[in-house]
Amino acid sequence: MNKHVSPKMNRRAFVVGTAAVGAGLAIGLDLPFGGPAMVRAADGSPEVNAWVVVKPDDTVVIRIARSEMGQGSLTGLAQLVAEELECDWSKVTTEYPTPGQSVARKRAWGDFSTGGSRGIRSSQDYVRKGGATARVMLIEAAANEWKVPASECTVAKGVITHKASGKTTTYGKVAEAAAKLTPPADVKLKDPKDWTIAGKGLLRLDTAEKTNGKMIYGIDVKLPGMLNAAIKDCPVFGGKLKSYDEAKITGMKGVKKVVKVGDTAVAVVADTWWHAKTALEALPIVWDEGENAKVSSESIAKWLAEGLDDAQPAYVGNKNGDVKAAIAGAAKKLEAVYNYPYQNHATMEPMNATALYTADKCEVWCGTQNGEAVFAAVLEASGLSAEKCDMYKVMPGGGFGRRGQTDYVRQAVLIAKEMPGTPVKLLWSREEDMAHGRYHPITQCKMTGAFDANNNLVALHYRLSGQSILFSLRPEALQNGMDPAAFQGVAQSGEAAIGYSVPNLLVEHAMRNPHVPPGFWRGVNVNHNAIYMECFMDELAHAAGQDPLEFRRKLMGNHPKHLAVLNAVAEKIGWDKPAPQGIYRGIAQVMGYGSYVAGAAEISVTEGNKIKVHRIVASTDPGYVVNPAQVERQIAGSFVYGLSALFYGGCTVKDGKIEQTNFDTFNSMRINEMPKVESVMVPSGGFWGGVGEPTIGVAAPAVLNAYFAATGKRIRSVPLRDQNITFA
Amino acid sequence: MANLTINGKTFTLDVEPDTPLLWAIRENVGLTGTKYGCGIAQCGACTVHMDGVAMRSCGVSVSEAEGKKITTIEGLASGDTLHKVQAAWIAKDVPQCGYCQSGMIMAVAALLAEKPKPTDADIDEAITNICRCGTFQQVREAIHTIASA
Ligand code: FES
Ligand code: FES
Repeated sequence: MNKHVSPKMNRRAFVVGTAAVGAGLAIGLDLPFGGPAMVRAADGSPEVNAWVVVKPDDTVVIRIARSEMGQGSLTGLAQLVAEELECDWSKVTTEYPTPGQSVARKRAWGDFSTGGSRGIRSSQDYVRKGGATARVMLIEAAANEWKVPASECTVAKGVITHKASGKTTTYGKVAEAAAKLTPPADVKLKDPKDWTIAGKGLLRLDTAEKTNGKMIYGIDVKLPGMLNAAIKDCPVFGGKLKSYDEAKITGMKGVKKVVKVGDTAVAVVADTWWHAKTALEALPIVWDEGENAKVSSESIAKWLAEGLDDAQPAYVGNKNGDVKAAIAGAAKKLEAVYNYPYQNHATMEPMNATALYTADKCEVWCGTQNGEAVFAAVLEASGLSAEKCDMYKVMPGGGFGRRGQTDYVRQAVLIAKEMPGTPVKLLWSREEDMAHGRYHPITQCKMTGAFDANNNLVALHYRLSGQSILFSLRPEALQNGMDPAAFQGVAQSGEAAIGYSVPNLLVEHAMRNPHVPPGFWRGVNVNHNAIYMECFMDELAHAAGQDPLEFRRKLMGNHPKHLAVLNAVAEKIGWDKPAPQGIYRGIAQVMGYGSYVAGAAEISVTEGNKIKVHRIVASTDPGYVVNPAQVERQIAGSFVYGLSALFYGGCTVKDGKIEQTNFDTFNSMRINEMPKVESVMVPSGGFWGGVGEPTIGVAAPAVLNAYFAATGKRIRSVPLRDQNITFA
Repeated sequence: MANLTINGKTFTLDVEPDTPLLWAIRENVGLTGTKYGCGIAQCGACTVHMDGVAMRSCGVSVSEAEGKKITTIEGLASGDTLHKVQAAWIAKDVPQCGYCQSGMIMAVAALLAEKPKPTDADIDEAITNICRCGTFQQVREAIHTIASA
């Protein structure tokens, strides 16, 4: 992202540009918690600190920097602040600060990025401190007024009491005075076991408007005099726009302007989007498709398969013992090759952004997972400095990683720049959205396992070949060329560590980057690594003649947290008892985003290729659970997303382009295909793991392992659509 | 020109007769609760009622919609009284991103009007909307809660 930041930007812009690079920078931020320089919210209410505004009627406005996109973080973060603040939850509302405001206040709200399941875990510490600091200041203000020691005052639900004198007041009454106080240097946060607002399955704060049509998504933004734009970018990634015949559509109803967008795209601007899209479809366009037009799924598969050969260079991500010697000397060995395709995010709402450009101002309204990255894109595309730009977040119709990118924002600004003073809403058609995703990366994996004479696993060689996301999107995060994230779920240690101890282990990655742009797709590299490792574990168990659960348990002695979630699903699904007649089970575990997760599925198979999923049990240990009801929804939702990708997903490449165009060729599960997901939360405390993504990793392998149990057939290729396997 | 009756009001719109009802509702009438997801009648995000029947408005032209009673998500409640599906959606915390939910709610409301106590099989057959966030479990529970009320 920062490679696009122009070097002539001023310093403020630079801060934002680097901020957009990653969440790691949040660590070490010195976030201010208020102070003598009092700040007022737009309506004049005092800001106790950047996170908390209290209105005279006791309404508490909690500022949320991270994006809500359906995952519930807005409510969870508000719960954490409210918990420490000791306010009345029924009087809590939320608002988003803008990135422009944040930059003007030295990044008062820290990191805005909302990806990698970091929304809560990366900001929990400082937002809780924001709440606690405000509480201390509000109590102090009351104590000052009453001329009593603050230590004699207590607070509950925003009502401050001094017991000895019988005096009470409310946050709303003392907020003005509190905002003028110097914040305490240090505050003690509550022990999560004392939580009364956080940790509870409270209803979300943003539901009502999602049931009556009033919630404004990016696609719904309306500004006075606004026009609408439809766009086509060169369908071959890396290709260019050669020419278009504007004369063929001039005079078509509602058409205002045809705009070349960068070197690669053309947009039609019209009174309505329907007119813009209709005219765009009638516009003759000539593309300069370039060399990439020769690339196909077959050519990519062949190139990746070559990377599985040990003679080819590869990065080592995890290693112990001597795998090659151990395999050579083994009593028995087993080898298998798996693959995982490109996947489009297919957020329910296609990409869009509304931009208004004038000579001295550029503003953008859109859904995004990273307000600061959008802000940086607005600066870059408009060429204006930070104080002349801002962006306003509206509800996104899904993110799943796609809305961490800002390609659609850049396009909207470039179009608006051609029409100064006129707001323009750029909306991608679903077809454009399918053609220009930031796709789940494509990989293959060859695994070789070796046993001693007693059927103990003595060696495991795990060789990935395929695409790196960081190579394309964050090259500065590569380590001597290696993509450390490629080993998510099979890493030696850290937040995505392998759960097995094998005496001789080699995990490596032959990086091969086709021209199709990769992106962070819910679960990211955990998706394929969990399928490869967990399906192969099943193969190894079978080869050793052992129960898949028992086989795993023997390798997990040094990984008690991985084992605990696996045991939790095994117990819940009743692994020790036979499955009902005609029902078959599969199990899987993985670690990702700092959380330990496991899943088990019960399925039946008819006619050899029709799967009915009867039951899913999923377990997670994310350390702490801020809102169990929302965690349950994230777990269930991750299975829908993961199983949709397993059964129906997969994007293929022909002549350099993505072949799938809409939900008819890139289908998604419906209600009849999805059983209830039984969640088992086993938060063990002491660490903060993510929730939105990790469980997606176990969805596909649990079902694939159950399919083997039912049919004796191993499926080593995704999607099942291409194997003629479908839902019953 | 087309005359459409939407949520009890009549609108005379300057649109071509083949304009999809979805875009006439969103852009010409200005009711944006009805959503665009695919434009090819696959996802259900654009579901409205036409004479009480759930229809995917992206696949209906304004000329086909003329003379019909159209209800959108904005017209589902009676004044300040929420429709029972909306009320259940709030009580059961169904939406995630919510983008599919206008269509989901309209599809469920039409199902319940026809079958007040639907079985799981009835739900499976009638509710074919896509939800990328994966709210199906809450959708099913909320329908059963309404049916058993
Ligand atoms: S937009 Fe009409 S069904 Fe998808
Ligand atoms: S709630 Fe997001 S698509 Fe259904």
